[in-house]
Amino acid sequence: MLMRIKGGRVIDPGNLDGIMDILIADGNIVEIKKDGFADDEYPEARIIDASDKIVTPGLIDMHVHLREPGHEYKETIETGCLAAAFGGFTAICCMPNTNPVNDCRQVTEYILQKAQAADSVRVYPVAAISKGLKGDGLCEYAELKEAGAIAVSDDGNPVQNSQLMRRALEYSKGFDLPVISHCEDLDLAAGGAMNEGGVATQLGLGGIPNASESIMVMRDIALCELTGVPVHIAHVSTRESVRAIKDAKKRGIPVTAETAPHYFSITDGAVKEYNTNAKMYPPLRSDQDREAVCQGIADGTIDVIATDHAPHSFIEKQVEFDRAANGIIGLETSVSLSLKLVENGVISMAALVEKMSTNPARILGLENNLLIGRPADITIIDPERSYRVNADNFKSLSRNTPFDGWDMKGKAVLTMVGGKIIYQDE
Amino acid sequence: MQFFKKDILDMESLSVDEITLILDTADRMKEISERPIKKVPTLRGKTVILFFYEPSTRTRTSFDIAAKRLSADSISISASSSSMVKGETLIDTARNLEAMNPDVIVIRHSSAGAPHMLAGMIKPSIINAGDGMHAHPSQSLLDLMTVRENKGEISGLRIAVIGDISHSRVARSNSIGFTKMGAHVILAGPLTMIPKGIEALGVSVTGNVEEAIRDADVIMMLRIQKERQQNFLFPSEREYSIVYGLTKEKLKKAKDNVLIMHPGPINRGVEIAYDVADGPYSIILDQVTNGVAVRMALLYLVTGGARNADAD
Repeated sequence: MLMRIKGGRVIDPGNLDGIMDILIADGNIVEIKKDGFADDEYPEARIIDASDKIVTPGLIDMHVHLREPGHEYKETIETGCLAAAFGGFTAICCMPNTNPVNDCRQVTEYILQKAQAADSVRVYPVAAISKGLKGDGLCEYAELKEAGAIAVSDDGNPVQNSQLMRRALEYSKGFDLPVISHCEDLDLAAGGAMNEGGVATQLGLGGIPNASESIMVMRDIALCELTGVPVHIAHVSTRESVRAIKDAKKRGIPVTAETAPHYFSITDGAVKEYNTNAKMYPPLRSDQDREAVCQGIADGTIDVIATDHAPHSFIEKQVEFDRAANGIIGLETSVSLSLKLVENGVISMAALVEKMSTNPARILGLENNLLIGRPADITIIDPERSYRVNADNFKSLSRNTPFDGWDMKGKAVLTMVGGKIIYQDE
Repeated sequence: MQFFKKDILDMESLSVDEITLILDTADRMKEISERPIKKVPTLRGKTVILFFYEPSTRTRTSFDIAAKRLSADSISISASSSSMVKGETLIDTARNLEAMNPDVIVIRHSSAGAPHMLAGMIKPSIINAGDGMHAHPSQSLLDLMTVRENKGEISGLRIAVIGDISHSRVARSNSIGFTKMGAHVILAGPLTMIPKGIEALGVSVTGNVEEAIRDADVIMMLRIQKERQQNFLFPSEREYSIVYGLTKEKLKKAKDNVLIMHPGPINRGVEIAYDVADGPYSIILDQVTNGVAVRMALLYLVTGGARNADAD
């Protein structure tokens, strides 16, 4: 079947930018035509009208928690994929802190089987750095790579032992498995429920200082420099981390970094009234940190916007704040929140596409450009579409978002994977 | 003036007028406890549940006596005897209690914000009897009452609060309460025990105890907990008592008619010397006496006493 994406502004940073038509046949891109085809060309093609819309290579969320296996009441691979499709993502990376942990071939293969059955967005499993996320021994990276793992990370249970982190970087290099580091000094963060500062003090909640993150960012930069192996810093939330990464990049150290929409959208003030949907790790920080994260996005220090989509049910969230689970869902609000950066002049639309598609693909070693002969993984964004977030309508099984009820402008309106439309806004 | 608050959650949400009304009401309630027959029928037919998720002797007994002196039926539940040990969530436990139609639930909980959560979800009045490191409004109100009783008024006084400010809900509630009533609060202790951003409450902060004590009208000592040594907050009780403990010697720098307070329980010889705790300036036991009066006032006011009595 022939499909023609008509009249949209195609943005594929470093490759394309302009009004173009894209022709798709049998799931692949077969032609890209500047200013579009004539009306009598390909009359048999199904037309997808993209006028006044942005057409981009499929968006990739490289930091997602699907809760399967183990916690299927929070999210399954199928519902997580559906949420991703609704959010405009054609591919997601799922973190290994499931039960059992994704630290062996069997779990990686199980995830891929489930993803195949879901027949939706592409799922790239991230395996554990250490066996059982315990931080006391490397996983078998050769086998994990062969089974289909795309990277390794001890997300959720960060590596405290610097020697282990060094060895993980060195050993992973042999298998081209990028290392994604969750930077947290667990001793400094101990007893904390939210960002350390005035709000925590007034609410009587234990504080997590900025240094609990930045101290480990600096350690990993040092290990990156020592080994020469790239490291990707997950969910950057503090101004000190942004500064350290910026300095490291200036010195040519191969470090990359991501942040999540909540860190550039809201601050620890959102925790007031003990809102457990504003509780996550790392915690929401001060406005100074939020601004530094925006600045880091603008100047290229932060390469990627990823959601850290972390579904939890009411059972884990409708409890006392210090007992509530960490994490919020993000797949279905990420594009809209990120478009605010464009609206507010922080970055250009092209830079946004870079951070949500081009850069994650590059870091993970994926081919994702809009090129002839490539599978048609495409997202169409309507930057003018206004709507109000209603968590009850989410495709995710969970509802833990601080953005419920927010007025948004701009959203993904079509998600296509391998030429198949897996989501289209009516 | 009428009182319309359904819940007493923290000092932040009480206005100066509301605090004054509570203190005035408590002043009148105090006399009831001095009668040979210490009971009035005011809250007859009202049910008060004392829901204590955390151990407490003083506060629980104080609320219990307050309820009984007003003829309310009071029922005590503690964490170990409730179904929370069977894994029931706080909200489910609270909804079950609500289904039995109590008028007031007095809650003590180790998690900051637990009373706020309940107040938003169930109908009975919630009185916070201490939540984590957050707030202890009835303690702050009884402290205000005791200071006002001794000094005549609160405005213009210099109040030194000394000890582990970080972990103290009493320090937070008193910082807000005394500042709101026009006093100047100075917090002091080792910097390991001073939380970030506390100045936003309108208080001064110092690491020097002598500086805090100088010219103080009121000195409030906080209990130091031995287990905090494990978090590296201080090296030893010995050094703590030498540097931060209140002794007769240090007391010389305060005003002549200084008042010594402590929310209890006291570690004699650690944060406060024996002779100071029992000395002439100590009003520590007056605080306990006034605690009953303040809690009678709170129960009376939240159950609509003032409205029903047509504003006396």
